[in-house]
Amino acid sequence: MAISKEEIIHIAKLACLNLSEEEIEQYTKDMQEILEFANRINQVNTEGMDETIGANRKDNVFRKDEVIPFANREILLQNAPSQDEGMFSIPKVIH
Amino acid sequence: MAKEDYEIVIGLEVHCELSTKTKIFCSCPTDFGGEPNTHCCPVCMAMPGALPVLNEKVVEYAVKAGLATNCNIEKNSKNDRKNYFYPDNPKSYQISQFDKPLCYDGFVTIETDKGEKQIRIERIHIEEDAGKLNHDDYGRGSFVDLNRAGVPLIEVVSKPDMRSAIEAESYMRKLKSIFEYIGISDCKMQEGSLRADVNVSVRKKGTEQLGTRTEMKNMNSFRSIVRAINYEAERQIEIIENGGDITQETLRWDDISGKTFSMRDKEDAEDYRYFPEPDLVSIKLSDTYIENIKGNLPELPESRKKRYLEEFGLTEKAANFVTSSKYYSNLFEEAIEICHNPKTVGNLLMSDIARILNEREEEPEDLKFTGKELGELVILIDQGTISSAIAKKVLEELFNEVKMPSDIIQEKGWIQISDEGAIKEIVVKILEANPQSIIDFKAGKSKALGFLVGQAMKETKGKANPQMLNKLFLEELKK
Repeated sequence: MAISKEEIIHIAKLACLNLSEEEIEQYTKDMQEILEFANRINQVNTEGMDETIGANRKDNVFRKDEVIPFANREILLQNAPSQDEGMFSIPKVIH
Repeated sequence: MAKEDYEIVIGLEVHCELSTKTKIFCSCPTDFGGEPNTHCCPVCMAMPGALPVLNEKVVEYAVKAGLATNCNIEKNSKNDRKNYFYPDNPKSYQISQFDKPLCYDGFVTIETDKGEKQIRIERIHIEEDAGKLNHDDYGRGSFVDLNRAGVPLIEVVSKPDMRSAIEAESYMRKLKSIFEYIGISDCKMQEGSLRADVNVSVRKKGTEQLGTRTEMKNMNSFRSIVRAINYEAERQIEIIENGGDITQETLRWDDISGKTFSMRDKEDAEDYRYFPEPDLVSIKLSDTYIENIKGNLPELPESRKKRYLEEFGLTEKAANFVTSSKYYSNLFEEAIEICHNPKTVGNLLMSDIARILNEREEEPEDLKFTGKELGELVILIDQGTISSAIAKKVLEELFNEVKMPSDIIQEKGWIQISDEGAIKEIVVKILEANPQSIIDFKAGKSKALGFLVGQAMKETKGKANPQMLNKLFLEELKK
């Protein structure tokens, strides 16, 4: 399994990352190594085994449908770079 | 080729906000319309380290929706991450479901002019709603309110089984009705708690292969869905007829101009990089759990319809209409409890109440009066206290202010004149004023009687007892 430069550029774009030429080269190599490492798992024979979703053996962890108000807008907004009338103020989103 | 040579193919992705008290992954309230960012906490605001815990009611409601729409229930389900950047999506991913939706392979039945038709449901999955972006008109920027972020949704994905805008509307109305009956959502379209992404393509009749589709997102009224589908189908046919190709894209429907516009916001094809949500564990449902929900489902419209046909002798049309909405159906049952006259209650619902709602551009859930008022109104008609013409006026009043009909007719002086002496006086007066009608009647023109009754009704402002008028006119005319 080989990863192309184009794929790295595509993934970087999806992740909103601006990469330099050198970084693209470097990440293509790094990603290739990561993939090869992960690919070893694919060699394991899983015939007849149940699918595992995550490392946690528990299932059905639920919450009751009961309201616990947090009700502290000030704290929630304290790190917002900019706010207006209790809302996060952001650059205009073209709609 | 002409427009008639094409077939429209429609598939719907319906999003429905569940009426749980709290959000899907945290204990914040879901109420609509709070001050911005007051129904929020570190979880739904995606603060680092905050962890989601699934609301058990969300699973229950989704399973209910699945069972009520003939779906299979996935006993080994899970949540997945859908990754995308948008300012209304604070985590930069949405927790949804990818390959193991809670419900799959169902169907609902709709009425068409060619009879009943099944629309297949591919899947129903649970996910979280996004926040709301507010834009100001002065171009200062956009403002993020995350009250809605994390409100639970089910997404119901249909197969591309609908062939006209009307079928798409019937399907959506059917889902709305079912979800109201089972009480999992208030389905208020104007508040966005029921909305649809509409996929439209066209193909030449007789061909099997689906055409390239376009998608219109977040449609939240039946009227715009119908208009948008018709517009979009015509646009596509025109392009094909002129030798062009349809581009698969997301369109924005503009209700004011009645046109669709390309959103052009995604250069790349959708690539959400779904993967199993590591912050949540799997959802395993036992047969007992599913059977228990199945056993506690309320009576669904199909069963009510059957009962109305058999027990109350309603016509097929009336039974379909009354069961089309839980609000109609409950009103009907409350009213007949009081007046024991299912036929008249059914007719009032189907004709006058539906008409007034339509004029007011309201939906059945907006009805303010209850079966108590409606039942009394029917009693007043049955006793001959008011005519059906007056009953219509009382209904109009009930839409403006909820009061007992007996009080309304007292206040307005609308009590029917059933006093034989008084009616006879009117009959004589009308006959004197219309000698030509007497001649016409005697010449065999039975229409003349209708005219005379109409004149008498006009004279009494609709208050005369129509049966008695008829009887007395006939007596006088035969003299």
